[in-house]
Amino acid sequence: MYPVSPRVVCDCLAPLEAAYDVDGWRKALSREVIARRAPTLWRYREMLPLDHEPVTSLNVGFTPLVKAQRLAAALGCKSLWIKNDAVNCPTLSFKDRVVAVAINKAKEFGMETIACASTGNLANAVAAHAAAAGLEAYVFIPDDLEEAKIYGSAVYGAHLVRIRGNYDAVNRLCTQIAGEYGWGFVNVNLRAFYCEGSKTLGFEVAEQLGWRIPPVVVVPIASGSLITRIGKAFSELAEAGLLEPTPFKLIGAQATGCSPISVAVKQGGTAIEPQRPSTIARSLAIGNPADGYYAAKAILDSGGTAGDVSDEEIREGMKLLAETEGIFGETAAGVTIAVARKLLREGKMNPDEETVLCVTGNGLKTLDALVGHLDIGVTIRPRLEEFEAQVLRTAGSPAIAAN
Amino acid sequence: MPIQVRIPAAISKGSHGSTTVEMKAANLSELLTALESMYPGVRKTICDDAGKLNRFINVFVNDEDIRFLGGEKCQFQDGDEVLLIPSIAGG
Repeated sequence: MYPVSPRVVCDCLAPLEAAYDVDGWRKALSREVIARRAPTLWRYREMLPLDHEPVTSLNVGFTPLVKAQRLAAALGCKSLWIKNDAVNCPTLSFKDRVVAVAINKAKEFGMETIACASTGNLANAVAAHAAAAGLEAYVFIPDDLEEAKIYGSAVYGAHLVRIRGNYDAVNRLCTQIAGEYGWGFVNVNLRAFYCEGSKTLGFEVAEQLGWRIPPVVVVPIASGSLITRIGKAFSELAEAGLLEPTPFKLIGAQATGCSPISVAVKQGGTAIEPQRPSTIARSLAIGNPADGYYAAKAILDSGGTAGDVSDEEIREGMKLLAETEGIFGETAAGVTIAVARKLLREGKMNPDEETVLCVTGNGLKTLDALVGHLDIGVTIRPRLEEFEAQVLRTAGSPAIAAN
Repeated sequence: MPIQVRIPAAISKGSHGSTTVEMKAANLSELLTALESMYPGVRKTICDDAGKLNRFINVFVNDEDIRFLGGEKCQFQDGDEVLLIPSIAGG
């Protein structure tokens, strides 16, 4: 056990885990107490690693859990939900959760600068939350990131450092820098606290289902942290006496172009072989995932599985989600939907089991993945005959047939 | 075979970040032996019971993950820069 401090790893180099006063949870929390609190992730604050009340990033979380009937029909399953973090506040991804916790911890430590290694969504979140908290921010990103994610970080006044290389190279540099300058790297020396923010997605899903654990959850995987924390969230809610412990399966979703965890799980093991990422799902492009072993273990221990899909299947997944549910998720969402569709078709997911699909980022940030792949309509002069000829006739409209 | 090795504070137990030292090692096995003589007990920290590097440490040779260079079979060249880094970061 270590005292609470910014620290990268244990002396044995293993990751650090926050330890809690579980008896304190049972005394302080009930469903009624939580229900009376504001609809943000801070309604579960006793189960997060802060020593004081949060002082910044106060309006994060409690995103919609959408009953996805049209998508369920398209996929041939009975009961499907979308946990929609594409509308998380303020930067439209689940990274608002982890940064909300990390930045409050950085404040508790008296840090004045926060930083991160990012595939994009985290960069946006660190930049925005730091701006609101009055902290300086440095974000380190691969130099080929989507424009929306670059400008979506720069606009907040953060210092951007674009690294020639992929995310794994960015992360390598940040691991060397962290601890040298007194900065709080949210996913390096604040990682033990930061990761805990991911649990709130699981807390919310359970509460929104009426305080029960869904039988199946499909989660996109990059570092592997989110999927392990969703499992942890369900277990902790049971420990806190807030729900009955029931079995659940974790399903991991990756792009085939970066699938080290999916490959391990499909082989029935936890040993992760690093890969060189090549996928349009850049937010998931971590070839050497820090929590790979833990993610694979969590999936296998739960009786779940993993799958991976091609870039074309990812685009199809994005379109399917948008066209059936009106939700525009980023490429990682396309991965989640497409993997669910694939595993259902292959009989590796049970269509009769109630399933939650996690949409973790907004499609407006990854428009480039769709350029050239959508029908963006026709351009006509503002004349009625052109409208009838090029729009109604082309579409086979009954309105034109009647004329 | 002199190589430059950067060792994180988590291994060197230094209070001022990472340390760079020159060592003679032709491959990973020799590097681990040299490290053990410099930091007694370190092998126990970074290797598993079978003597293999554990999953909590990554090794890079001139910025490339050693696993892409053949892992234990990788032969170091004069002047190579070898970097040891805890793997639990990022994401």
